[in-house]
Amino acid sequence: MAETKVKKEKTPRVKMPEQAPDVRNRNFKEVPLGLTPEMAQLEASRCLQCKKPACVEGCPVSVNIPGFINKIAEGDFAGAAGVLWEKNALPAVCGRVCPQEIQCEGRCIVGKKDKPVAIGYLERFAADYARNSGEATLPKVAPKTGKKVAVVGSGPSGLTVAGDLIVKGHDVTIFEAFHKTGGVLVYGIPEFRLPKDIVGSEVATLEKLGVKIETNSVVGTTLTVDELFEEGYDAVYVGVGAGLPRFMNLPGENLIGVFSANEYLTRTNLMKAYLFPEYDTPVAKGKNVVVLGAGNVAMDSARTAMRLGADSVKIVYRRSRDEMPARAEELHHAEEEGIEFVLLTNPTRFFGDENGRLVGMECLKMELGEPDASGRRRPVPIEGSEYRMDCDLVVVSVGAKANPLLTNATPDIGLNPWGNIVADPETGKTTKKGVWAGGDIVTGMATVILAMGAGREAADSMHKYLTLGW
Amino acid sequence: MFKIVHREEMAQGTIVLNEIEAPRIAVKAKPGQFVILQANETGERIPLTMADVDPEKGTITIIYMIVGKSTTLFGQMAVGQEYYAVIGPLGKATHLEKKGKVVCVGGGTGIAVLHPITRGLKEVGNEVITILGSRNKDLLILEDKMAKVSDTLHICTDDGSKGHHGFVTDILKDVLAKEDISLVVAIGPVPMMKFVSMITKESNVETLVSLNPIMVDGTGMCGGCRVSVGGETKFACVDGPEFDGHKVDYDELSKRLQAYQPEEKLSMNGCRCK
Repeated sequence: MAETKVKKEKTPRVKMPEQAPDVRNRNFKEVPLGLTPEMAQLEASRCLQCKKPACVEGCPVSVNIPGFINKIAEGDFAGAAGVLWEKNALPAVCGRVCPQEIQCEGRCIVGKKDKPVAIGYLERFAADYARNSGEATLPKVAPKTGKKVAVVGSGPSGLTVAGDLIVKGHDVTIFEAFHKTGGVLVYGIPEFRLPKDIVGSEVATLEKLGVKIETNSVVGTTLTVDELFEEGYDAVYVGVGAGLPRFMNLPGENLIGVFSANEYLTRTNLMKAYLFPEYDTPVAKGKNVVVLGAGNVAMDSARTAMRLGADSVKIVYRRSRDEMPARAEELHHAEEEGIEFVLLTNPTRFFGDENGRLVGMECLKMELGEPDASGRRRPVPIEGSEYRMDCDLVVVSVGAKANPLLTNATPDIGLNPWGNIVADPETGKTTKKGVWAGGDIVTGMATVILAMGAGREAADSMHKYLTLGW
Repeated sequence: MFKIVHREEMAQGTIVLNEIEAPRIAVKAKPGQFVILQANETGERIPLTMADVDPEKGTITIIYMIVGKSTTLFGQMAVGQEYYAVIGPLGKATHLEKKGKVVCVGGGTGIAVLHPITRGLKEVGNEVITILGSRNKDLLILEDKMAKVSDTLHICTDDGSKGHHGFVTDILKDVLAKEDISLVVAIGPVPMMKFVSMITKESNVETLVSLNPIMVDGTGMCGGCRVSVGGETKFACVDGPEFDGHKVDYDELSKRLQAYQPEEKLSMNGCRCK
């Protein structure tokens, strides 16, 4: 044991092979290329196999991290994927989009003195190996309980609920408003960060386990939550996301060339406008692109604009670098790809030409004042600092609100003042009997893994309800 | 799903009717609501307001003019073929109430959208005066159906080949001068709705218009369909598609409808080559 420990400390953290920045910023292929089996086994050997693993505590869905890493170290890659699936229906997704630095890897003991074990890379490796080799062993499905569950929304939380409850023997049907399954994983997160065939394959696994999917079904209008109960469903999970874009309410915001990030990304990702005219849906291609906001969605928008052929892409953000909410890796990737950060700057209005097309915007310089309610220093405008910035495409990426389509049609479900569904933080139970909710519709815009964590807790609670009662 | 069970060509083949199997939508849809359709997996999502529904049969009917790539694809589909996706019913339904005397003004394929609304207004007890307009007599659609749900029917053609030689607004001015009208519903090309609204504003008559801007999801998610109504930004998909005609910024709407004109041309060229 002592001998191997010494060896482990000497191995540096693996470096993920990536497409070079000046190549990848003009294509939509995935940026990281994935670890080789040799790299993965060597990285797995860095894990200390802690008896009380802190990394697991840092994981919203409590993946047995030392367990799956040990399988990789042993060379049993399909087995590693099996361990992942025990707790996580979407490991190939999570290995790519989780903020590991503040979760599992942020808690890794190796990381106290050295760089933490690359848990995210290893998760991705095992899941990809199982998918590509076809060696995956599906989880065992419990005997049928005869109970029917409707899952509304096929994003990360809905898929988690579906995966958990199908394995427990319930009959599960997912209702998705779009024509494709995956929610934000297919309409929001770009191909270069999460290839859509991976989402498709994770969904296909759920279908193999018996999950039924009804696309083109907008719950709230095509049918209502109450009608689901009338159709014989015993429990309903609502995971419809935060699907209503925020705009800035500035003069000129309706000029052609000003888009919500939702529209810009949905056209590009879900409708595959980056392949236009092979696909029929177009997306505006700007020469001088400005993205307003600095979260992950803003980075996705900016990097998409670059790939669509922009000459210049700027992130315009009213606070400073330290307050940018995007994951460290996204900021890093964006900068490498030539995205310019214009900080402490806020737009005040947009200018158009005689055809109603955007030609520029007026900006105001800001300075940081006292901390606000979020604990971040409040940006304060510097008087008289207005200046004009030329741009022909603006993507507004300042967050999204709760979409009221479902909740308007479900009057007895409790909402907070912002229209988000009120759900018990432990169980996901709403104020309406037999209805659970989780993900962005409850929390407001957050991450894939937090939505999955909420789905996991709700699924546990739903299972109890279906077997024991409310 | 979404199989075409009936297809008709109108207006010399420039306008096509599709009756489509969509049982969940058919039992829910109300006059004024729309659906989003996609012909195939690579197709674009196109909003169209429903012209009719048959809840017993489980079908919805759409009527569209062939103008671009998507409607060309729609028009090429035969009975028995299926749409890849149909989503709905979307948008708010028309508020149908007894007002007294109402005027329904329709132009082009807007007449298809106007028909269920006119029928609804008639059913709740209004006296309905209908004014329909088209470029010429051959392009006029649904004349008989509209006649059945109207107390009075006026036809206008730009070339004088049928009815009044001129615009719907000429007749409307006349009607407003002679009758006590409590509501005007205008559905058709943007300029028609704009000029109808200008006239009714002068006589201060409540006016409803139905807008059809560019959309992606139709559920409030993308904000592509935003329109300025009374100085406020509204999403036509969830706040509309019907709005107070006196408050809509038609010039902005016209411009936004041209947003993808270069791409539409490119898309059509590719389509014709095939």
